[in-house]
Amino acid sequence: MGKEMRIVLRNADKIDPNSIDDYIKAGGYRALEKARGMERKALIEEVKKANLRGRGGAGFNAGMKWSFVPPAEVTYVVCNLDEGEPGTYKDRTIVQKDPHTLLEGMAICAHAINSKKGFIYCRGEYPYVVEHLNRAIDQARKKGVLGDFDIEVRMGGGAYVCGEETALIESIEGHRGEPRFKPPFPGVAGLWNRPTVVNNVETFANLPEIINRGYEWFASIGAPSYPGTKVLTLSGDVVNRVAIEVPTNTTIREVIYDFGGGIRDGKKFKAVQIGGTSGGFIPESLLDTPIDFDSMRDIGATLGTGAVFVMDETRDIVDIVTRIAKFFEHESCGKCNPCREGTFRNFKIMTKINRGMAAAQDIENMTLLCKVMQKACLCGLGQAAPGPIVTTLQHFRHEYERKLLA
Amino acid sequence: MTNSIEELEKDAKCIFVIGSNTTENHPVIGMKIKKNVLYRGAKLIVADPRRIDLAEMADVYMAHLPGTDVALINGMMNVIINEGLVDKEFIDNCTEGYEAMAEVVAKYTPEYVEKITTVPAEDIRKAARIYAESEAAVICYAMGVTQHSTGTDNVKSICNLAMLTGNIGRPGTGVDPLRGQNNVQGSCDMGGLPVTYPGYQAVTNEAVRAKFEAAWGVPLPPNNGLTLTETINKAHEGQIKALVVIGENPMMSDPDLHHVEEALEKLDFLVVQDIFLTETARYADVVLPGVTFAEKDGTFTNTERRVQRVRKAIDPIDGAKPDWQIICELATRMGYPMHYNSPEEIFEEMKALTPSYAGMSYARLEGRGLQWPCPSADHPGTPFLHKDGKFTRGKGLFSAIEFKEPRELPDEEYPLILTTGRNLYHYHTGTMTRRSVALDKHVPEAELEINPHLAAKMGIRDGEKVRLSTRRGSVEIKAKITDILAENVVFTTFHFHEAAVNWLTNADSLDPVAKIPEYKVCAARIDKI
Amino acid sequence: MVTLTVNGRQIKAPRGSTILEACRLNGIEIPTLCYDPDLRLAGSCRMCLVEAKGRPLFLASCVAPAEDGMVIETESPDIVEARRIVLELLAARHDFSCQTCEKNGDCKFQDYCYRYGVKDSRFTDGGRHVYPIDDPNPFIERDYNKCIMCTRCVRACEEITVARAINVKDRGHNAKIATAFDGHLADSPCVFCGQCIMVCPVGALTSKVSAGKGRAYEVDRVLTTCTYCGTGCTLELNVKDNQVVGVTSNRSEEYSPVNKGALCVKGRFGWDFINSPDRLTTPLIKENGEFREASWDEALDLVAARLQAIKESSGPDSMAVFTSARMTNEENYLAQKFARAVLGTNNVDHCARL
Repeated sequence: MGKEMRIVLRNADKIDPNSIDDYIKAGGYRALEKARGMERKALIEEVKKANLRGRGGAGFNAGMKWSFVPPAEVTYVVCNLDEGEPGTYKDRTIVQKDPHTLLEGMAICAHAINSKKGFIYCRGEYPYVVEHLNRAIDQARKKGVLGDFDIEVRMGGGAYVCGEETALIESIEGHRGEPRFKPPFPGVAGLWNRPTVVNNVETFANLPEIINRGYEWFASIGAPSYPGTKVLTLSGDVVNRVAIEVPTNTTIREVIYDFGGGIRDGKKFKAVQIGGTSGGFIPESLLDTPIDFDSMRDIGATLGTGAVFVMDETRDIVDIVTRIAKFFEHESCGKCNPCREGTFRNFKIMTKINRGMAAAQDIENMTLLCKVMQKACLCGLGQAAPGPIVTTLQHFRHEYERKLLA
Repeated sequence: MTNSIEELEKDAKCIFVIGSNTTENHPVIGMKIKKNVLYRGAKLIVADPRRIDLAEMADVYMAHLPGTDVALINGMMNVIINEGLVDKEFIDNCTEGYEAMAEVVAKYTPEYVEKITTVPAEDIRKAARIYAESEAAVICYAMGVTQHSTGTDNVKSICNLAMLTGNIGRPGTGVDPLRGQNNVQGSCDMGGLPVTYPGYQAVTNEAVRAKFEAAWGVPLPPNNGLTLTETINKAHEGQIKALVVIGENPMMSDPDLHHVEEALEKLDFLVVQDIFLTETARYADVVLPGVTFAEKDGTFTNTERRVQRVRKAIDPIDGAKPDWQIICELATRMGYPMHYNSPEEIFEEMKALTPSYAGMSYARLEGRGLQWPCPSADHPGTPFLHKDGKFTRGKGLFSAIEFKEPRELPDEEYPLILTTGRNLYHYHTGTMTRRSVALDKHVPEAELEINPHLAAKMGIRDGEKVRLSTRRGSVEIKAKITDILAENVVFTTFHFHEAAVNWLTNADSLDPVAKIPEYKVCAARIDKI
Repeated sequence: MVTLTVNGRQIKAPRGSTILEACRLNGIEIPTLCYDPDLRLAGSCRMCLVEAKGRPLFLASCVAPAEDGMVIETESPDIVEARRIVLELLAARHDFSCQTCEKNGDCKFQDYCYRYGVKDSRFTDGGRHVYPIDDPNPFIERDYNKCIMCTRCVRACEEITVARAINVKDRGHNAKIATAFDGHLADSPCVFCGQCIMVCPVGALTSKVSAGKGRAYEVDRVLTTCTYCGTGCTLELNVKDNQVVGVTSNRSEEYSPVNKGALCVKGRFGWDFINSPDRLTTPLIKENGEFREASWDEALDLVAARLQAIKESSGPDSMAVFTSARMTNEENYLAQKFARAVLGTNNVDHCARL
């Protein structure tokens, strides 16, 4: 039986999220004080050694990311709270239950890269979270805990692609939300062309405890290559549709059956999609895979944001993937050719298959298109969009073939 | 221009645009200014009675009343002197006449200037500081500065401002008049002026005259000739009897067309050489068909003194001849044989007599062209003048200039100030652009810009025809209601023969030195029809 | 300098070059659609993809820095396959009316389809936009059925002209180049400079004034200097059958030092007065208040005789010459020489002040 372990949600439901005093009583802002007593290099080294990897989807070592920031007069800390992945609500949960842990994490990062200004880019559908955050920032300002670091909340306009860090930066700058090519990476030239660290809420929220307890403590939790915990949000045909925080060596099966309480209505499991809409579909045979980033990648799936979308035996895989294709067709920003036209064509072909109008050639065309998109698209959205198609063709091909024209 | 166009985009840190609607009249230069301001952080100061496109992105925009340029610039200099923002080293080493100038400027406090120009004193201060504190500041101006009875004073004031702050002789600085026509610089360079031979060599200078007499093989007249406006006046008086007009259209472009018309009618003989039967050609005794720039070889000199090739793309249309050939044939028939096999041969003769062009040749002009002065075959040309503060006359001379009111001021009968200019889609008298189908379709008729308050008072609706009158006459013209100008100012262009505004402008109001007409200010009225 | 291996060949390029620049410097051609050396990089058309050893993704060579020791393939089977897919995806939305297209023979999309043998698209399940071609402005034809969304027009409008009249509207497959609220250009900040036509790699943006008058391969381009304002922009007169049929511009600094290809509405679209039926084609002599046509000999003899007579009767200073700011230097030189040496007067001037 797997067990929860709470780092980022350590204060959840224990303190009043609207009270900075509660947070401080619970040990809040001590880590920031400690971090400020550290040499910048040593602080970055600490985070690097903790092997805290990005909780937003790409899984890049946070300390490493910070270490790329060159010395500069103006640098920015940007928090990605554009939680647009369907089925994901972990960042909102963290912020709603304990906003100061995010602010403290951002301030620690700010010290590491010598930044005076932070931005939180909040999903347009979360206006109440913006209010909540502004309240917390206001309290922190009044208490003076942030020192000379200030944080501003910006609200997105509802575009999924703005969860991509460079599109997010474009959006904060007031431009159309379209990703930039990389390099240069934001660490070198990001917001208004200044060095910028962009991390996810959950990544920042891990920092206070890492600083408080030391890197060795953190690095020893969960899977060695992706240590710590992960907040997962369960949805779909699972009994408990909840947010949980578990060590990263927890298996998918434990997540679904121990925490999720198994499949609803006594039905059988068919598939689970982890990491958001672009995540791979995982069949029964791979359920004993641990959820850490690398193990998931090895089975052709992703950890991504940690959304866990469970499907029971009655679900029509082709129909689900068609809806996912529609999502990407709608959310592609249209900047690069393979994504703009490719997501559209995938949706067209999936629709054709789903309606029983397609031939084997259509699957071949789509397979080739997906292969090209994964390597040719400009940003992560286009590169990842074919994931559900590719993995379902791999594990559930018979469901496609059943719908083809004779 | 003392400096190069490129510097407006790359080197200038502050651009002061006065009396130039750059984005409409020099669009490509306008693009460069906008690029510098928006993408390279240059400061922009705009002074213009109309809130032109550039004003929208300016750090300071000053809507001074037409004809108050001297006061405005004296006001800026007053601030610069009083706040200690002058470039003392430059003034001491490179100029003279500072004291006398400063004495005059002393009374032009921003508050005093506000009363004259209507520009808020604080804006004058702000503009003065931005201009004076910039590392490299340039002033761009055009006809909005020169077409006044005080045109020469206006230009001298601008020079004062540049010298006061040492903004001359370095990249990105300078005094840049934007020349309005493709080869107006070249026409002047080539001696198309009553007082100078090619290269600004004075006709009254005996040594120079001897040089040209030797080269041309005839004795030459020693006295200064008449300017264009004086010529028209003398024709009117009957003293000019014959006029040869080559590619000019005074019956559209000159002030007070009644006066021009009478002058042309009084001539014994008028010959017009042009590509179309222009408004002027209709008065001619003989019309000779010339060709367009596409049909001949040659060179043009642009506003930054860059001499560039014009290349023949097509043969002259049937029946027409290149203008240089027509002149040659005429001269030959008058007993002075002129024979050239090509424009290049003419260029060779010209450059031998013109020191600033002496180092140029068609071969050297291939590609980037050359900016004069280019005195020798190995000289690279001169992107900016007055390097290290060295002026042609030795030291730069400050001029002490008092503000003078325009010649014709509004009164009860003619309560408005009429000011004229051009727009983006047409060029000068419209000879070419009115016959370019797309341009004429897009902007087919003249419009009179009227402030909404004035329009409301008079019950004028947008697009309705009104009568615009001055002491010279009246035209019917379409009203365009816009808040880019003040309530007592109206504006229109002179491109359209159907509502030729120069029937209304003032031929009596000339700058005493340059003889330029005061197109930018005359008293006018509008009436509903 | 950095050294990299491209298609098995070692090449060198200055540090800081992109892979594309390094390759072009060494004569290795990589196809591009959105790339324009004068504009901000987009990296979006994905035509210039290359494979780099050890990199999981293809690299857009126009934006990827050339690094020391890189091993690059520019035409590997996987790359060719990816380019074909990119072209086929575009082909599925492109209106292939090459026979009647202004840009036939001067179209990069056409060239690349030819080069990679793309005759048709495998993505044929509808979805082609049908955009009306209805912008009434007299200068720029906007046919977005041919647009390949390279956004060069958007960038040129923003970065060269700084008009910022157009941008991308909507997302994904519905993305389209548009003015604010997708209206007509005349209702936008557009100044009709036609820089968008200059950079458009396909037939989406073309000149209405030149329409039907000659394709790129039929015209000679004669470099010359614009006849309008004093800026002195270099332009190219397009000539077919001894007629000017259009204006294009040369973007090299070496041949277009002032404007580097940028023009304004008059320079780019105001050339057809050259062919105007109003052009004077014969000398005219006025008799009894009416013009009659005359031969050159008759007209010139008359002018010479009349000027000679007035010179003799009233003196040289009773005559004047107006020369022209529109004529060449050579002609102005001759005009003043004519006034001074032939007529014998310094009464020569032009409209410098007007």
